[in-house]
Amino acid sequence: MSTTQFDTADSKRRERLATIERSLKSRHARERRFRRLGLTAVVSGLVLVAILFASILMRGVPAFWQATLYLDVYFDPEVIQISERPVQAPGESDAEFRERELAWLGELGRVNWNVLIDEALKAELPGEIESRQTRDLRALVASAERHALRERVMHAPELVGQTLNVKMLASANVDVWLKGNIDRSLPDHRQQLSAQTREWADYLAGEGAIRNSFSTALFVNPDSRSSSASAGLAGAFMGSLFMMLIVIVLSVPLGVASAIYLEEFAPKNRLTDLIEININNLAAVPSIVFGLLGAAIFIGYLRLPLSAPLVGGLVLTLMTLPTIIIATRASLRSIPPSIRQAALGIGASRVQTVFHHVLPLALPGILTGSILGVAQALGETAPLLLIGMNAFVANVPSSPLDQATALPVQIYLWQGNELRNFFEARTSAAIIVLLALMLSLNAVAIWLRKKFETRW
Amino acid sequence: MNLVLTVTVLIAMALAYQVGLARSKAVATGGERLHSRPGYYGVLVALWCGLPALLLFGLWSLFQDSIIEILVVRQLPVEFASLGEQELQALLRRISALASGRGLVGEVEAFEVSAAEHMARLGSLGNLIMVASMAVVAVLGLLGARRHVTPRLKARNHIERLIMLLLALSSGVAILTTVGIVLSMIGEAIHFFRYVSPVEFFFGTVWNPRFSTAGSGTQGQFGLLPLLWGTLMVSIIALLVAIPLGLMTAIYMAEYAPAWLRSVAKPIIEILAGIPTIVYGFFALVVIGPFLSGLGEMIGISIRATSALTAGLVMGIMIIPFVSSLSDDIITQVPKALRDGALGLGATKSESIRQVVLPAALPGIVGAFLLAASRAIGETMIVVLAAGNNPALHANPFEAVSTITVTIVNQLTGDMDFSSPQSLVAFALGLTLFVITLGLNVIALVVVRKYRQQYE
Repeated sequence: MSTTQFDTADSKRRERLATIERSLKSRHARERRFRRLGLTAVVSGLVLVAILFASILMRGVPAFWQATLYLDVYFDPEVIQISERPVQAPGESDAEFRERELAWLGELGRVNWNVLIDEALKAELPGEIESRQTRDLRALVASAERHALRERVMHAPELVGQTLNVKMLASANVDVWLKGNIDRSLPDHRQQLSAQTREWADYLAGEGAIRNSFSTALFVNPDSRSSSASAGLAGAFMGSLFMMLIVIVLSVPLGVASAIYLEEFAPKNRLTDLIEININNLAAVPSIVFGLLGAAIFIGYLRLPLSAPLVGGLVLTLMTLPTIIIATRASLRSIPPSIRQAALGIGASRVQTVFHHVLPLALPGILTGSILGVAQALGETAPLLLIGMNAFVANVPSSPLDQATALPVQIYLWQGNELRNFFEARTSAAIIVLLALMLSLNAVAIWLRKKFETRW
Repeated sequence: MNLVLTVTVLIAMALAYQVGLARSKAVATGGERLHSRPGYYGVLVALWCGLPALLLFGLWSLFQDSIIEILVVRQLPVEFASLGEQELQALLRRISALASGRGLVGEVEAFEVSAAEHMARLGSLGNLIMVASMAVVAVLGLLGARRHVTPRLKARNHIERLIMLLLALSSGVAILTTVGIVLSMIGEAIHFFRYVSPVEFFFGTVWNPRFSTAGSGTQGQFGLLPLLWGTLMVSIIALLVAIPLGLMTAIYMAEYAPAWLRSVAKPIIEILAGIPTIVYGFFALVVIGPFLSGLGEMIGISIRATSALTAGLVMGIMIIPFVSSLSDDIITQVPKALRDGALGLGATKSESIRQVVLPAALPGIVGAFLLAASRAIGETMIVVLAAGNNPALHANPFEAVSTITVTIVNQLTGDMDFSSPQSLVAFALGLTLFVITLGLNVIALVVVRKYRQQYE
């Protein structure tokens, strides 16, 4: 009896142990699964970053090198028939001199610079080239290069009559063809270049007259419609620079001042509560709403010019203001009250306490927050589209009131260009430039934070 | 001229500072102690000397040109009184070119010369008066302030009051921004609702704005629902991507990851948050879209390259760091005692996370999700590039859709003519967007704040 009782108790116990063991096994398995799930999420996040950067770099880096022609150009006096460069005579009014200068520039403009390039190409290419093939010939060279020749002569008229080895960008289509960004087996009618031009391009590449060399066009030129190969970011860069200057000059002082007021001086009442909630909400308002604000107030009501970096800068200022205020307040809050108490205790006024003691200590945090805010403004596109900054601008703006575009908007414009197989690479290159700028701003911010970080 | 004047005023201010400083030291020798430190008296005198003069300068240069123009026009020969606005402007331009000494090309009429002389005379007279009155104001301010320097003058308090005023004013800018947003949106939206009834707008199921040519009676249909639906669809897809990945990342980072992994992976994932949205849009357009449509072809579903799925997926990637860093903060805030209690009862780590930590952190995490949702709804560039712009009511995520933000961009880029319902609708859409995101933010902030109080 007692043995059976013992047996049942024992078997029950063993059964229970087995159940526990089984359930423990499955619980541990679940634990491992959960953990693996977490790791998968982290890894996929990292992989996504890697894919994003890899795909942009793979597409964009080759665009920094462009098919470039190296040609001996003879500045034929027969073709370039211009008079002496005018000099301002004593007693001549500025307007009159400008008139004569313009007339001289007009002479330069009437010169058929293409002929010089044609002749240089003919010297390089085999066989006789008839005049009906001129079109095919001119398709080889970026059309802006004739302006580059004019510029050369404008700055150095003594070039006329000499021969010079000139570096010229090949046209966008030639670049696409030589880089293999278009299917070479496509039938003629679907190719962007005629059969003759393609043959010449291959010949010149074989001879070494067309080389794939690093091109500064992307950095020094403004955007161009007629000559895609030489379209660059200079205009957009200046536009962005003007806007960032406006953002820095306006939003950093305003943001820091209002943060100081709210954090250090403002009485705790309904009004300051309202301001606080309001700032938190402004930080989360979609950026495009700020664009609508700019369109309605700055352009519709104040009649400021369309496409001007001034308006863009103002809109971005309003957009970054809450970010800077929040960062500055966090930075002020992290300064321990003992600092304030010590200053107040030896007789400093509240203003003196803040400006002489708290603010210097909070400065690194404020700088970091401001830089991050500016970086955010630098990458913003949507609000700028609404105030006309997506207009095509062929000049580098020289003041905040000129028409301009911005780096991210230029990316938007290029990705929509019809010459897809050329501009996909160029857009990626522009993205690389933008990301490099933003990452260096971020790196500066991180470096500042690391360098001045204080643990209280 | 302006620069020289400004610098002169600044120099005068520096001198005034010295005067105030010297004066304060002089009056202090009488045995009575100064109320403030001598520097404050210097600053006070300098401000009295410089600020009124600068204010005068600003006002004067704002109005001088237009006043002179009126005076010049008034003394023109009688026959010009009836000139049209544009002709008058052209004439004034010629006259001011003559007056400034730039000169004109070609014939100059006698009356123009005399008008130009008159203008030049008025200009120099005006400048003279301005400089003279600035000098008078500055000297008066200097002397008056100097006379007031007594040991009992509370110089520091005066200056601090000015500083406080400036600080308070700058914190008003944030309020002004919100007021500006709300007023401009409501104002223009009311304008829009004069053309289209609110019922038609909010409950209309067809979006077809039809760019109307002036005078044609046909008006487009402005139904919000297809856009709202598209916005929701893209945002839901984005959240379906971002919430599991972001949350699991946060859990892994907060609970499992060794310190080295945390310090490496966290900043890398946060890079995703700093990348401009236009870059994501481009990535969606050239990488994810073609990949998805290729994938669809493989398994036999038709997926458009630009579709709700493409846009949603990439937007999800964009908000992963947003979800993960917010959730991470909230999970780490859960008190250790809760965790220890669960582990002490024999729970495995994943059980303690799922059954104790997450429920405790739930309100905060929900707040984070809401903020992420508001981010997704307001996002513009990704959907502009990758959603395909097809404002139709359908439930197929593989098809193109259109969203509120895309439509704002489409309706308001190009010419800024705020008189047609086609462009005014952008403001009604913006108002809708503003209200939706504001609502989400307010709820999220309330939820998060409640949660914080729980453990503080």
